[in-house]
Amino acid sequence: MLFTSYAFVAFVAVVAVLYYVLPKKAQWPLLLLASYVFYFIAGPSFLIYITATVVSTWYAGLRIGRIGAAHAADAEAGKATRSKEDRKAVKAKAKAKAKAKQRAWLVACLLFNFGILAVVKYSNFAIFNVNSLLAAFGSPDKLSFLTIALPMGISFYTFKTMSYLIDLYRGKFPAERNVFRLALFTSFFPQLVQGPISRFDDLSKSLFEEHRFDRRVVLSGLQRILWGFFKKLVIADRILAGVTTLIKNPDQYTGAFVLVGMLFYALQLYADFTGGIDITIGISEMLGIKVAENFNAPFLSRNITDYWRRWHITMGTWFRDYIFYPMSVAQPMLRLSRWCREKLGEGFGKRVTVYMATIVTWFATGIWHGSSWNFIAWGLANGFVIILSHECEPLYKRFHARFHWKGKPAYTAFEVVRTVLLMSSIRLFDCYRDVPLTFRMFGTMFTTFNYGRLFDGTLLKIGLSGADYAVLGVGLAVLIGSRVVKDRTGDFRERLAAGPAWVRTAATFALILAILVLGAYGIGYDAKQFIYNQF
Amino acid sequence: MKRLRSIGFSVVAAVLCIAVLWLATRLVVPKYDTGIVEGNLTAEYYQETTKHDVIFIGDCEVYETFSPITLWEKYGITSYIRGNAQQLMWQSYSMLEDTLRTEKPKVVVLGVIGMKYDTPQKETYNRMTLDGMRWSAAKVGAIEASRMPNESFVDYLFPLLRYHSRWSALTASDLKYLFTRPKLFNNGYYMRVDVKPATTVLVGKKLPDYDFGANAYQYLDRIVQLCKDDGIELILNKAPVIYPYWYPEWDKQMVDYAAAHGIAYYNFLAEKDAIGIDLSTDTYDAGLHLNLSGVEKLSTRLGAILSQDFGVPDRRSDATLAADYAKKVAFYDAMRDRQLAEIAQYGHVLGFGAPAQ
Repeated sequence: MLFTSYAFVAFVAVVAVLYYVLPKKAQWPLLLLASYVFYFIAGPSFLIYITATVVSTWYAGLRIGRIGAAHAADAEAGKATRSKEDRKAVKAKAKAKAKAKQRAWLVACLLFNFGILAVVKYSNFAIFNVNSLLAAFGSPDKLSFLTIALPMGISFYTFKTMSYLIDLYRGKFPAERNVFRLALFTSFFPQLVQGPISRFDDLSKSLFEEHRFDRRVVLSGLQRILWGFFKKLVIADRILAGVTTLIKNPDQYTGAFVLVGMLFYALQLYADFTGGIDITIGISEMLGIKVAENFNAPFLSRNITDYWRRWHITMGTWFRDYIFYPMSVAQPMLRLSRWCREKLGEGFGKRVTVYMATIVTWFATGIWHGSSWNFIAWGLANGFVIILSHECEPLYKRFHARFHWKGKPAYTAFEVVRTVLLMSSIRLFDCYRDVPLTFRMFGTMFTTFNYGRLFDGTLLKIGLSGADYAVLGVGLAVLIGSRVVKDRTGDFRERLAAGPAWVRTAATFALILAILVLGAYGIGYDAKQFIYNQF
Repeated sequence: MKRLRSIGFSVVAAVLCIAVLWLATRLVVPKYDTGIVEGNLTAEYYQETTKHDVIFIGDCEVYETFSPITLWEKYGITSYIRGNAQQLMWQSYSMLEDTLRTEKPKVVVLGVIGMKYDTPQKETYNRMTLDGMRWSAAKVGAIEASRMPNESFVDYLFPLLRYHSRWSALTASDLKYLFTRPKLFNNGYYMRVDVKPATTVLVGKKLPDYDFGANAYQYLDRIVQLCKDDGIELILNKAPVIYPYWYPEWDKQMVDYAAAHGIAYYNFLAEKDAIGIDLSTDTYDAGLHLNLSGVEKLSTRLGAILSQDFGVPDRRSDATLAADYAKKVAFYDAMRDRQLAEIAQYGHVLGFGAPAQ
């Protein structure tokens, strides 16, 4: 069920009505039922995967919780019978033993669930690489590809449940005893397609508490949904034809058109992904549920680190909290860090292990996005640029010490444009069919000087008419305008809510009309799944 | 009081929103006033103020084949054609159902070429046939039976969702026909006076299976039953045109079907020489459709059948009908004269319905 399908709109409407009509106790069970219906429609067999993840995580969580509770009870019981020193030693031993047991459950559950993800998502990639190696060594043998359908949202819900388990292991909260509540946390339907990757302690309170109907909250959620549809249907799906033409015909569109394709794709991806997240957050808000924000004006970032703090925030923090930090403080890494500091000097030696963790994190980020070398190259390129910018930090400092431009509007604009171009360039790995082609096309931007062709009408022959460009121009202006308003006067919806009713109604209706008339949907347009759904 | 004001505001806002959406819909739906005018065929029927003794149902093998005006002028028969481009059997059934909601003809003449299709064919033809139909159970049934995989019922319910992308292609006629519709047909007859002779004799390609499909038969059965239930005589007919090819195997199925159900079947293609139809002069597109000359010859023949064999009465003595048809005849003559003038001036008929330039 596409988010942009009539069926989904009807589905959400029915769920929302029932949510507020039924007794409040039935609210979260209703959402669980709706989520499983939503998932069943996507593919009945997918239910097996998600249920296996829910049950295994719930059981492992229970065991981890019980081990912790038993350890605490033992420690309490031992207090009266032993001396202070004995108690300390016994407590430490028992704690270590309990932690080892908990770790065993954690690791088993992680292996099981990441194993499922690996098999369904990466088996064919592995087979492809084995076949390529066999062919390279002249072997006529080939392994057959597996025909496993990729369960919808598996990357997202696996990350959600594993974060639950790791946080539980770390003692952030007690284990969820009700398997159905954990099932809802895992499968909450607005989040299932493309996140955000919520944490259990963030989401569970508002997900399971009872909500009264509040017209303002529902209207505000509805406005957020409409804003998401505007981005998706008016901008992302409209520019899609142009992007597809430019990147699917690399022989025909080189040089300047690679630059245009790159920028168009950046706009498409932004509008598509943030639009989808707006719809997700809007639906949740309508139901009184608070979902973490996933974006914060990423194209206003001034450097790549800043960008990744603003783009797909929940994914970035997931990799930071569960891969980068744990890896950075792991005993072998600390030992390696000591060794590097001794051998390579305090400065660089200290950074080596950080860079190693960075590379591993970005490799994981890349492969999480998709099972292809393009995504791995994309991830590694991000890691490489981050490391490079760290290494260049002394240069920046010297530069800023000499030229006092930092913070000035023109220099800030330069930084923003530089970051947009840099991040869009790296995104080219998403576009072209393989890594060598991506490098070749990137190169043509500097070797094929056909920039004059941008003005000879070619851009009107790539599936976009003058009217399409006009709509895109207006859409982009609205996007930028909304951000400017937000920065200057605060949240637009809050201002609307505080203003006169006729303004609120007129603005909401204008948005509906713009989506209905200017949206790229229906017959004549291909219904497009959100880009991030494939991750 | 505050609550009352709030309710009042909500009602006014809702009415305004609906009005704007309705206007936007009216603006973007195709007007079919020039070029492909067939999209207006269905809707024009509802402008009729009088009842009809004969109703034609089918595709272009009725609406470019029979002239209700000739039937009136020569036999005093009142008739209307409820035909559309590539009207499929289930659509014909719904069109008949829709007609029977408001009138009870004595005879229904059904074109059988539609039997060759057993499944929905094209979204654009579906829309041209069904958009103009008034909402009723018949229309819902027709939509459900006709939908292509990429079509949605919601798109029919709210045409703005289907035609929204026309905003960038709007013309002056979209404003001109915002609240009205152009009058383009003669009781459902699509007139063409130009001539393009048929120069080749078509030989049908061999088909893997000559049997009409079960779905087409199912709807033919339902049409037969509908006519029986209402005491209406049903006539099946094949138009005297050579495209698309009418296979003998198909003809036999219709002959057998008509015999089995006790209904009349006329293959006018087999009779065309006897009727006097000459496809070197009586077609405007090399044998696919008849022109006015061919249509009037065939209508004269059918009029004789209807009045003599089916007892369809001569209504010319009815003053109300005579006054109504006098206007129709004048419109018919004017359209014919205009097309002839266009041919004299330009050598061809301009885009149908378009003003001469």
